[in-house]
Amino acid sequence: MMKKSRRSFLKVAGIAAIGMGAAPAMNFASSGSGPVKAPNPEALHAHRWGMVINTNKLTDDVAEAISQVCHASHNVPDFDHEVDEKKYPGLRPVNPKQEIKWIWAEEFHYAFPDKEDEFLAERFHHLPFMVTCNHCKNAPCVQACPTQATFKREDGIVIMDFHRCIGCRFCMAACPYGSRSFNFRDPRPFIAETDPDFPTRSKGVVEKCNLCAERLAKGKQPHCVEASEGAIVVGDLEDPESEVRALLAEHYTIRRKQALGTEPSVYYIV
Amino acid sequence: MLEIAIKGSKNYWLWIVLLLAIMGAAGIAYIDQFMNGLVISGMSRDVTWGFYIANFTFLVGVAAGGVMVVIPYYLHDYEKFHRITILGEFLAVACLIMCLLFIVVDLGQPTRMLNVLLYPTPHSMLFYDMIVLNGYLFLNIVVGWKVLEAERNQVEPAAWVKPLVYLSIPFAIGIHTVTAYLYCGLPGRGFWLTAILAPRFLASAFAAGPAFLIILCYIIRKFTKFDPGWEAMQTLSKIVCYAVIANIFFFLCEVFVVAYSGIPGHASHLKYLFFGYHGYDMMVPWMWSSFILMGLGAIFLVIPKFRNNYTLLPVTCAMIFIGAWIDKALGMIAGGFVPSPLHHVTEYAPTNQEILISIGVYATGFFVLTILYKLATTVKEEVRG
Repeated sequence: MMKKSRRSFLKVAGIAAIGMGAAPAMNFASSGSGPVKAPNPEALHAHRWGMVINTNKLTDDVAEAISQVCHASHNVPDFDHEVDEKKYPGLRPVNPKQEIKWIWAEEFHYAFPDKEDEFLAERFHHLPFMVTCNHCKNAPCVQACPTQATFKREDGIVIMDFHRCIGCRFCMAACPYGSRSFNFRDPRPFIAETDPDFPTRSKGVVEKCNLCAERLAKGKQPHCVEASEGAIVVGDLEDPESEVRALLAEHYTIRRKQALGTEPSVYYIV
Repeated sequence: MLEIAIKGSKNYWLWIVLLLAIMGAAGIAYIDQFMNGLVISGMSRDVTWGFYIANFTFLVGVAAGGVMVVIPYYLHDYEKFHRITILGEFLAVACLIMCLLFIVVDLGQPTRMLNVLLYPTPHSMLFYDMIVLNGYLFLNIVVGWKVLEAERNQVEPAAWVKPLVYLSIPFAIGIHTVTAYLYCGLPGRGFWLTAILAPRFLASAFAAGPAFLIILCYIIRKFTKFDPGWEAMQTLSKIVCYAVIANIFFFLCEVFVVAYSGIPGHASHLKYLFFGYHGYDMMVPWMWSSFILMGLGAIFLVIPKFRNNYTLLPVTCAMIFIGAWIDKALGMIAGGFVPSPLHHVTEYAPTNQEILISIGVYATGFFVLTILYKLATTVKEEVRG
């Protein structure tokens, strides 16, 4: 009796094992006949995306508008937003130090702490220096991430899979530019109007600028470029004919913390 | 062997119930964190690791410190350590369990933690940290258990245990080296970006671990019939002495390089810790206390009259242990994150809830430690009797 039931168990287990092995193979075989993704012919491509910011063309108002449109369209929470008490009752008080930001204005000596100079020309003290993810060629955040939730695309964009991120914040310790933010809480109550073109995040994951990869894929320029009134240009750093390369050829530019060897892809005309 | 743990005195059970109560309270606090996120912590955009990772770093050191009894006994046949080797190994087990718990409570998405295994990433230092921490935990459980079981049955441990003991030695060095590498490989963090970090971590580990072991020996002497041996404790105190002096020396090397070179990206952090930076000086009293405690402790251990004083020794050890904790837990985190990469100053202090959850992790560690030490001391009493 004992022996028989053991044998029948093994038989069932064997069939189950075959089934488990066969399922992926069948899925694979069937994948050829399913719908095929066609590349969008209008998508913008680059070998290595880069950004040139002409700070002289920026005013405080334009800088503010850039942050605004970027954050609104990427569903970045605004902790000053009046929360709908009926929809989200009993929320904890906001800690403004736990804010989330993708692109924002800094004073020169914060954006470039290694270039601090007591005799710096007066006008630089008042210019808004837009800081964001540098999409570094040698990105320390990509190196540090233990799950590849932060990774580098072939076109140079450093981007995140919000669903893989475990929230260890190693990338935030690794980033020399303070470009990353952590969702210390559920961001959704603090989003005035959710933009359906971009996912909202859950609590416990890191986020940052993605160079509007979702817009480049549709053939559109990043939001910051459109809102910048010509101060920000995005293009292919490796294409000598590109607009960014023309700007780099024409102007003296600086990058943030160049000495660290991370090779930022964001250049500043000063 | 585990049946030993369910037979104990009234005091034993009171202690166990107390620990369980703390774990329960902290568990409720953690459920709240799990539901609402790390918003309950004092961490911020600029200071993204806090009390949890600070204690994690420190306890990796206490765990690695266990090797300071394993090396003399197994490599140099130092017989005096025969009685306490198991205590060092079981201390490592309890500490590593706390380390892993501290990492889990620090995660924003703890339910996804197995992603580290699902998407193994060899260019991330956390990948190696996971391997060495779990490896060292496994080795210490197996070795400690097998050796104790053999002692109880009054036979030699199985032959395969010895190689595992030898393997555990590089693992002990490894856990703290890799933990230092988590920090010191990051280009933008001037405070951590120093080759002395791993040696300094090891030095403070070999001070804090054995210092705590000495205190535990006192407790064991008071509450059980098992005597770890005064001579073993004295040898341990010499190890603590050398290690704490090495730790202070390594620190002074760091201070010299930072101060004499005067590179602002490195100096600003030390300045913040010891003198305050742009008017922010929360850490100043802590850091000076830390080095006064360790310095005084070193002096008390160098002078034989003080070192061999049975009443003073646990006090000295407590001073060094607390000093090392402030230095490596609080100072390592605050110093690394303040000022921020953009040279903004955002100070950090843990919230009460963060502290409660941390105490809960410690209670869990002490729970494991109590049970393991109960086994060890009872078996040793049995064998002697």
